[in-house]
This record gives sequence, structure tokens and C-alpha cells, in this order.
Amino acid sequence: METTANRPPGNRKLVARLLLLVAAAFAFGFALVPLYDVLCDATGFNGKTRPGGLGVGGIAAPDARAPSRIDLSRTVTVEFTGTVMPGLPWEMRPLTTSLDLHPGELHQARFLVHNRSPQTIVGQAVPSVSPGQAAQHFEKLDCFCFAQQTLAPGETKELPLTFIVKPEIDERIRTVTLSYAFFNVAAQKPAPQERE
Amino acid sequence: MSTATTAGRDARPPAHGGRYRGGILRWLTTTNHKDIGTMYLTFALLMFFVGGAMILAVRAELFQPGLQLMKPEFFNQLIGVHALVMIFAALMPAATGFANWQLPLMIGAPDMALPRINNWGFWLLPPAALLLTLPFFLALFGIGDGAVATGWTLYAPLSVQGGIGVDFAIFAIHLLGVSSILGSINIIVTLFNLRAPGMTMMKLPLFAWGWLMTAFLLIATIPVLAGAVTMLLTDRHFGTHFFDAAGGGDPILFQHLFWFFGHPEVYILLLPLWGLVPHVVATFSRKPIYGYKAQVVSFIAIGVLSVIVWAHHFFTAGMPVPALLYFMYSTMSISLPLAVLFFCWIATMWRGAITFETPMLFALGFIVLFGVAGLTGLVLADVAADAQYHHSYFVVAHFHYALFAGGIMGVMAGVYYWLPKWTGHMFSEKLGKLHFWLTVVSFNLTFMPQFFLGLAGMPRRIPDYALQFAEFNAISTVGSFILGLSQLIFAYNIWRCVKGGEKAADKVWEGAEGLEWELSSPPPHHSWEIRPNFDNR
Repeated sequence: METTANRPPGNRKLVARLLLLVAAAFAFGFALVPLYDVLCDATGFNGKTRPGGLGVGGIAAPDARAPSRIDLSRTVTVEFTGTVMPGLPWEMRPLTTSLDLHPGELHQARFLVHNRSPQTIVGQAVPSVSPGQAAQHFEKLDCFCFAQQTLAPGETKELPLTFIVKPEIDERIRTVTLSYAFFNVAAQKPAPQERE
Repeated sequence: MSTATTAGRDARPPAHGGRYRGGILRWLTTTNHKDIGTMYLTFALLMFFVGGAMILAVRAELFQPGLQLMKPEFFNQLIGVHALVMIFAALMPAATGFANWQLPLMIGAPDMALPRINNWGFWLLPPAALLLTLPFFLALFGIGDGAVATGWTLYAPLSVQGGIGVDFAIFAIHLLGVSSILGSINIIVTLFNLRAPGMTMMKLPLFAWGWLMTAFLLIATIPVLAGAVTMLLTDRHFGTHFFDAAGGGDPILFQHLFWFFGHPEVYILLLPLWGLVPHVVATFSRKPIYGYKAQVVSFIAIGVLSVIVWAHHFFTAGMPVPALLYFMYSTMSISLPLAVLFFCWIATMWRGAITFETPMLFALGFIVLFGVAGLTGLVLADVAADAQYHHSYFVVAHFHYALFAGGIMGVMAGVYYWLPKWTGHMFSEKLGKLHFWLTVVSFNLTFMPQFFLGLAGMPRRIPDYALQFAEFNAISTVGSFILGLSQLIFAYNIWRCVKGGEKAADKVWEGAEGLEWELSSPPPHHSWEIRPNFDNR
């Protein structure tokens, strides 16, 4: 360019710095994803329980496995509910709708799922606990949500769940709701097109 | 810098008239800040009417309960595209048009620092606007199911499941974002490197300071939005699960990412106008701007605070109490620097010799009505109260007081203030005043009832509603049509002023201060080739 001499000296440097700022902001947007997960794990934000089961929902402490004592002084009501997301031709309902229990007791609940389509379908349940603070103290020892579930055409299945509400749960929480959303695993890849 | 584009050509007369490429090529290739400013402003005005037409169709549907004119799907598309068009294709380009026209004139620079990037920044806008609106027309030919129907917030999982309109919106947002970032870089470089000799940062016009904060906010937040919609795109088509709960993602994460951009966006839209209003108020009060330093510091404080308060947009999504409290108090603290600005605007007028020309009327309307937006915003920031108001028409009314009264009316004040400088002609004061009074009355007629609708519990984004909301909706619709039609006066007045009319003086307004008023009206095509010296001012 013939007019380089005319260019104020700092322009190129300043533009480079500002572009760097743009790149940093873009990277920060993606960095928020893991940051958000860390925050959710630490606080039970949004009722996320830790997947995998061995760790407890919330902070995975090594000694969290042994819920030693049962707090007989109070009862907590646990309610169960389930939803089937669009794209999965299943029905789902809790066979146990609610349980009154003492924190620390081992309990079992069962859900009924039914495939009403003529195909074999693989589904995956995603749990959520409400209120969020309770998620840290809701320990699932065994859950159908740990693995994908395969249902043959027309098959009906009972799915078990073993859990403990730990005695550390806040005394002000009287009711905990555990909700499952069942997703179609296969439909996840080509998601939107086949809605109609 | 202007010589960069002209050096290779024949010598041209110093003022108007140089040699241009003919027709559209002139506008496609221009690197002149005045040409580009004109294009930005024209584009903004055009899209203002496009977005306005969409929302008038919505208001017509809401005139009575029941579904009369359109299907709910189409209704959903209209409200979302209305918002995206008004924010990204009307309000932001209008402010960028102001910056292009005025910043070089006000700081004594011959042009913007990066003229070619400036040209590119503008020409990314029309394709983006096309991408936003094209799905409407494609649907007429049976392709896809229309434009983005999620509302402008594009919340997951709705946007993960939506039709091709969402993809069009994602790419439109990418283009608009690139355009905004280029514009911002250009403005920052111009303000840092091209100020007249002797013009220190603390002598910059307030309008320039407002834009400087906007530019930095854009650079900090637009890339986050770009990242969020990119994640949305890969969730939709490439099997990622950022927002898809089935794969371990979280839809709430999208809300965090979106509002990390979305809240500063409000200040991005408004800061240039907070910079502009003091100039208008001081001019017609015939007094210097009161509290220059306080206003600059307030701009910076608002800019910093704006990026740490985003979650107040979704208090009801579920958050631990400490987080709720943090976001509530930090949000409320923004009202302190804003109160400083209001105080300075009023103090500038205090005991001034005020006259009420059209720009001043719009500035006053801006101050009063934007005050309503601020106060109702405080109510919404209250966690306890927000549970009732969230996602109701109260919110709709609140942000239209902020973005129409605080945004569009601020732009109108600026257009009337500088139009004689740009065109060299005076506009019709009579039509201007008529435009103002029709606008301010019909604006309140449109949006004041929506506060009451919200308090009574009417949710936003619904095409049909319960019978008890009928009267207020009818009033609001009548108001909106008067509001929409009175903007035709605005367009006609601008058109007349461009075509001819009474000659404007160099210093158009008696009390005006600043470098731009030392140039002729209209200023020569290349201005401030000899830099003004600012040492002794």
C-alpha cells in the first residue's frame, strides 16, 4: 500500500490486541461449559446428581459410600415422577409414587416402562432432583439410569431404583422430588429433521 | 487515512464532487465514513419498518382474544424475528451509523482508522438481515417451517429441536456478530489513535466515551454469544450435547451463556445514546454539560457491572439462595451510576435557557420514559417480586420503555440533532414536533397497559389470552398502530430534509458546542484533512 507512511503507527498493534481480546472472549464462552459443570457439582445447582452412581450426587467424597446412621427423628417424603421426551414412543410411570422415609434408610422404588412401537428401541433416563440442594444428599446405589435400556416391540419392563437420602440433608427440606426424563438414544444424532 | 483510498486516483476538488464509480458500485466500494454512516442509518431505518410491520401483525392478532389472523407457529416466528431485527438490524446499525458520521467530525479525524474494514462491517449486514427473514419466504414455497420460532433468546431445548429457521438465525447472528466486532475494533482504534492533537481522553466528547464503552462490551460479549450459538449448531447437527440433557448437557447452561451476552447487550444499545443525550440537553439548555467526569466514570462503572449480573434474567430457573442474593444486589447496584447520569442530565438543564426544538423534545421524552424503565427494572431485579413478574407482560413493557423510549427515541433525538449537519438543510420543525407528540403519546398508550396486563398475570409470547385481559390488549393495539403509522412522518421528514429545504447554518443550533459545528453543513466529503488543534480547549 502506497500510503503506509500515512498510517498512524499504533493501528496494527492495537488491532492485533483487540483481535486477541475477541479470541479470548470466544474461548471464555467455551470455558464456561466445564466451569458450569464444576459449579453444579459443588452446589447441586439445577438438581444435577452425579452420573455413575458410586460417587454421590454432588461432591464425590470417598467416604460417602457408608451412610452409617439413620435419623429416626424426622421423615422426608420422596416423590417420583417420570417424563418421556418427544421422539421416544414409550410410556413411563412410577409404580411407587411417593415414600415417607427416615434419612439414612435404604429404600427401593420401581418404575414401569412400556414400548408401544413395533421397533426395538434404546432409551436413556436422565435424573433430576428438586430442590437442588437435596441433590447432593440423594444417593442412588443402583439405578436403571446408569445404563441404557433396550425394549423389544411391545415389551413392558419394571425398572428398579435403590437409593438413600443421606442424614446430612438440610432439616428444612421435607419433600424431595426425583424426576426422570427418558430420551431416545438413537434419535439423538439426527435430531431435528424427523419431527414431522 | 482518507488518502489511503484516494491517493491512487486523479486529483479531485477539495470538497464535494470527486469522481465516484457509478451507481451501486460507489456504495459497494466506498470507504468514506460519511457514506458508510449514511448506509448504516438508511439500513437501520428500513429495518425499523420491517421489524415494526412484524410486530403490528402481532398486535393485530392480540387485538381480541382468540385466534383470528394467524397460526400460533407463525405468531411465535414474528415475535422472535421482530426482536432480532430491531436489536441487531435497527438499533445497533443506527448507533454505528452515528459513530461513523460523527466520531471523525467530533474528534477532528479525517476518517475512521480502518476504512476498508468499515465498508466490510456494513456490507455484512444486508446478507444477515436476509438470512433472518428468508425462512418466512422459503416457507411459502414449502421449504422448511418458517423462521426461528423460539423468541430472540433461542432457549434450549426448544432451539435444539426447532426447524431450519433456527439454523438461519444462527448464521445471521454469526454475521451480525462479526460485523459488530469489526465496527467496534474500528471505533476503538479511531478513538485511541486519531484524536486531534491535544484532545486527551478526558476531553473526548461524551458521545465518543459512550461508544468506547459499547465497543469494549461488544468485543467482550459478542464472542460468547457466537460460542453459544455455535454449540447450539453442533448440538443440532453434529451430535454434541452441550444443551441436550439426554447426553449429559444442560439447557440452563444456554441461558447462562446467552444472558452473559444478553444483559451487556442492553447497555451496548444504550451507552451511545447516554453519550448523545448530554450533548442535546446542553445545546438546548445553552449550558455546558454538567458533571463530565462523573458521567465518564458512570459509563465505565455500568460497563463493568453489566457483565456480572446476567442471571437476573432467569431467577426462576432455580438457583441457590446465595446466588439469587448476589445477582439481585449486583443488579440493583447498577442503578447507582445510572442515577448519577440522570442527575447530571437534569443538572445540565437546571436554570438553563431552555428551548424546545424537536431534538430537545425527544431528549426530554427519553429522560422521563427511560426513567420509568429504570424504576420498573429495579422491581424486576427484586428476587421475591420477580417470581410474579417473570415472563409476564410486565417484562415486555419494561424493556420496551428501555429499548424504545431509551433506545429508539434517543436515536431520534440524535437524528434530528445532526440531520441538518449531515444534509445541509433544516427539517420541518412542525412535522418534527407532530412526530414527537404522536410518538410519545401512542408509545405510552401501547406500553403502559402492558404493565397492568403483566401485573394481572398475562404471560408474554402467547397468541391468545384469557378474556379478562381483553380491554388492555385492545388499547395497546390501538396505541401500537398509531405509533407505527406516526413513524411514517419521521421517514417523510428525513426524506424532505435530504431533498432540500431551508439552508442550515454551520453551527446549526445556537447553543451547540463541539468540533463538528465548525465544519460546513453539510461537511465536505473529506473533512479535517488539516487537523484542528485542541491544545487550548
